Amino acid sequence: MDFELTDDTISAIATPIGQGGIGIVKISGTEALSIAKRIFRPRKSVHAYETHKLYHGWIVEPETQEVVDEVLLSYMAGPRTYTREDMVEINCHSGFMVLNRIMEFVLQSGARLAEPGEFTRRAFLNGRIDLSQAEAVADLIHSRSQQSLLAAARHLSGDFRSQIDELRDKLWQLQSEIEAFIDFGNDLDEGEANIESVKLLLTMEESLIRPLGQILACYETGRLLREGLTLVLVGKPNVGKSSLLNVLLGKDRAIVTSMPGTTRDIIEDSFRLSGVLIRILDTAGIRMKPDSIESMGIQRTLSAVAEADIILWLMDQSQPLSEEDDQVFQAVSGKSYMILLNKCDLPPRLSVEDIRTRYDRAVPVLRISVFNRGDIEGLQNFLRDRFLATPLAENRSALIPNMRQKECCERSLEALQRGRKLLQTGSYNELVSLEIETARKHLNAVLGLEVDQDLLDGIFSRFCIGK
Amino acid sequence: MRNQYDVIVVGAGHAGCEAALVSARLGCDTLLLSIYLDTVAHMPCSPSVGGIGKGHLVKEIDALGGEMAKVTDKTAIQFRLLNTKKGPAVRGTRTQNDKVRYRTNMKHHLERQEHLSLKQSLVELLVVEDEHVVGVVDQMGVFFQARAVVLATGTFLNGLIHIGSRQIPSGRAGEFPSTALAKQLCDLGFAPGRMKTGTPARLARNSIDFSRFNEQQGDLQPKPFSLFTDAITLPQISCFMGRTNERTHELVRRNIGLSPLYNGSIRGVSARYCPSLEDKIMKFPHKEFHQIILEPEGLDTEEIYASGTGNSLPYELQYELIRSIAGLESAEIMRSAYAIEYDYIQPTQLTATLETKLVKGLFLAGQVNGTSGYEEAAAQGMWAGINAALKVQQRPPFVLDRSEAYMGVMIDDLVTKGTNEPYRMFTSRAEYRLLLREDNADLRLLEKGYQLGLHDAATYRELVERRKAIRSELERLQRTCVRPSGEVNALLQERNSAPLGEPASLAKLLKRPELSYTDIEALEGSASALAERVKQQVEVECKYQGYLRRQEAEAKKFKQMEQMEIPDGFCFDEIPGLSNEIKQKLRSIRPSSLGQASRIPGVTPAAVAALMVYVRRFRDRGNVQKIKVA
Repeated sequence: MDFELTDDTISAIATPIGQGGIGIVKISGTEALSIAKRIFRPRKSVHAYETHKLYHGWIVEPETQEVVDEVLLSYMAGPRTYTREDMVEINCHSGFMVLNRIMEFVLQSGARLAEPGEFTRRAFLNGRIDLSQAEAVADLIHSRSQQSLLAAARHLSGDFRSQIDELRDKLWQLQSEIEAFIDFGNDLDEGEANIESVKLLLTMEESLIRPLGQILACYETGRLLREGLTLVLVGKPNVGKSSLLNVLLGKDRAIVTSMPGTTRDIIEDSFRLSGVLIRILDTAGIRMKPDSIESMGIQRTLSAVAEADIILWLMDQSQPLSEEDDQVFQAVSGKSYMILLNKCDLPPRLSVEDIRTRYDRAVPVLRISVFNRGDIEGLQNFLRDRFLATPLAENRSALIPNMRQKECCERSLEALQRGRKLLQTGSYNELVSLEIETARKHLNAVLGLEVDQDLLDGIFSRFCIGK
Repeated sequence: MRNQYDVIVVGAGHAGCEAALVSARLGCDTLLLSIYLDTVAHMPCSPSVGGIGKGHLVKEIDALGGEMAKVTDKTAIQFRLLNTKKGPAVRGTRTQNDKVRYRTNMKHHLERQEHLSLKQSLVELLVVEDEHVVGVVDQMGVFFQARAVVLATGTFLNGLIHIGSRQIPSGRAGEFPSTALAKQLCDLGFAPGRMKTGTPARLARNSIDFSRFNEQQGDLQPKPFSLFTDAITLPQISCFMGRTNERTHELVRRNIGLSPLYNGSIRGVSARYCPSLEDKIMKFPHKEFHQIILEPEGLDTEEIYASGTGNSLPYELQYELIRSIAGLESAEIMRSAYAIEYDYIQPTQLTATLETKLVKGLFLAGQVNGTSGYEEAAAQGMWAGINAALKVQQRPPFVLDRSEAYMGVMIDDLVTKGTNEPYRMFTSRAEYRLLLREDNADLRLLEKGYQLGLHDAATYRELVERRKAIRSELERLQRTCVRPSGEVNALLQERNSAPLGEPASLAKLLKRPELSYTDIEALEGSASALAERVKQQVEVECKYQGYLRRQEAEAKKFKQMEQMEIPDGFCFDEIPGLSNEIKQKLRSIRPSSLGQASRIPGVTPAAVAALMVYVRRFRDRGNVQKIKVA
């Protein structure tokens, strides 16, 4: 990433265009106020703008003085700002045209369009936030569900930091104990000049290796909450997959006909369940002699199944099992899946026993009718209990690392495990100390206390414009 | 009378001696001025050299071509290798020395050194013109002209001895302090700090009941400090270990108000790792006893140094205190313990060559920089002496970094972080500790000494051959395999080592902490003809195998940050977003690289990242300008 030219004035639209009633344009840098003055006409004339105050007025075309929008403008002088630089925020109406014209004026008046993540990068470079907080901002922006928002907010507030700090403290204590023994063993009086490896081992195990393991376990939960779950609908044609999709999404997404094979490609959309994003993939039905377009769809079905967290196999109760079902079974066998027996309002020609005998004695089967609201609620409850209960419970107590932090924690844990082995085999103290030091360095990296260029590049390239 | 020199060294303690010798050896006309010629290279505190971390410094001085190791070997009366149960990197050599022999031996070297003059003189004034030092003026008003001056004044700047309520202005017991010089340094703009150190009582040998002490003998096969020492010549003696007791502690507690350390008379900061007896007793009230060691001050004296009993209590009380200890019931004190306060110059006012930032050509070395210990002083003396000479000769400066030597660690700590308590070398200060060992000081630094001109070609040739021998023996050990036989496993079991289940290379066996190169020779059934030093290196390489490569990789990364230079004239105030506190720190330390900047306390990683951006820009802009000029 290019780290050059970071002290010019930057600007970006900070709100999604077209959503919500208010749009915000942010400007940061030494020229922020003078740029704002060129395009802002206050309602009451202002002698000198005071910091952290809102001003009511209009954005005008700098040349023609033509009014573009009625706005609230706030001026905040550095360093008490997000970037620690002078900042101006223009709260305007969020129409596409309005926002874009205001942005255009700002750029004409001397600002540069911010690169992705540049506001936060400045906040970090100017010492306003530490690295784990900077990452949390990225997570906030990227988070697609409320649960992951919660985790990101906790990072931002520093809960995660204090947990890592505690581990760093323990490592530091442990290391200073060993170091005292190495450097001053000869100065210490008899009796003091011994470190008990048994005691060291216990401390390592209880206070370090275990808690680090727990943090790492949280990562899986975190990934789930951050990225959501992928739910794949499979089944032979015309069993009601697209109808189920529409019901779950609460809108008409897929074309529903009674013609088998209507869904030729994969339809993808998402909905929220208890605040967690569920990405839903509706696959092409699997048929015996598919035409060529449909066979491509089947290929995609197979790859969708491969990445699924939840596989729902839809069957039609009004039809007996067929070879097509066998093909579906081939696609899902070996995976964890469950069967939804649809069309329960029609006369039954297929029983749960039939299915279990033919495919899997232990497979969970749920009878539904996609048009029955109660059945759908039952299905949602079932999914919640089975897939979300544990992660949601963990999320309340846990602080969830992101991928980079997880990797640092893993390396820290590995160093501790090597240290443990050294202690167990009676190896030299200075080597044990080195491993503890290594473990500590990796934890420092979690918090950005040890930084290198690659790491910064990696993190800041994840930001979208404007934050 | 001759009064023009290239380099003048003020003070002939351990720093001054090394500085003067190396400057003269580099070909500079050098003058060494001492307040009193009979105390040149004096050991005013313990009669011992080296230790863990400190021993490393002595070996490094030797590898570069200094004198301390050689003089120590010639005058040592006990050798001990410390930390032998720990790994090779943290083992340290320590000797007991005959103090008189040490200083006469060192003085003789000084007297015979070509290009070096040794004179008795008390320097009162530095002569500074246009922020450059041009010479010194002594008490008699004589002006000595020089192009560089090394100040190695130890504890002499405003030195003040405390014994109970008695205060005696002194540089050391019985010697004048330097007050005029101390005042002038302040006038020149140097910010002084104040420190406190102390020394225990010396007892008369014939008044001690040694039967109440445990004898501590030296190593049976003494290993000398210096590469160039062939044999240890002096007879070897023992030290004796005893303890304080509840009576001693009660005495101190009851009379603590009489201690200048505790009644507010002493404001200088003392070292936490070298506490006085008052401190030990008051700060660790639950300890039932503290260790004391009786160390002979030499072969031709009955004075015994009572290590661990340092205090600043009134003389009569010192008697009671000493006599409360088992075996010392009728001990006679020959010299009393005392505390001494002195000014030091916060070393952040120095550059990495130990030259002051305020006065060009003025170098500071030793205790005046806030360090403690003969070895720390000598190492700085060597460093400052080399750089003073190089400056005079207009050659590039000589600086070792933290991955190359303990010296580099110490100097970087001092000039980057400064110190508020007397600074002592520890192995835990060195990040690349496994690479910086006593045993490989020659492999690390001898070549650098040779390049400076401090070693002859034959010495260098031997080094090259040694390196080759080490490499080929290591390869042989990796290639050679041992099969698990009854004979082999019996030998291993005898050494408390796990028997072999499958064939293993000799290198792999040598990695086991419990096996040594001698055991490998036994396994092979023949003694190796290789030199001891080669065998030792091979053994260490195997023991630390893997870890050495890891540290080397880290050191390489470290060097990258060191090589990102901050150009002269770079303005730290130009960087927006840095707090005033950080800017102020950067302005005063003036780090020469991003690596150094990152080690300044309080400079955050974010600040370093910002600095990186602006330094790069500054350099690019500079290049653009240069192109335009061209």
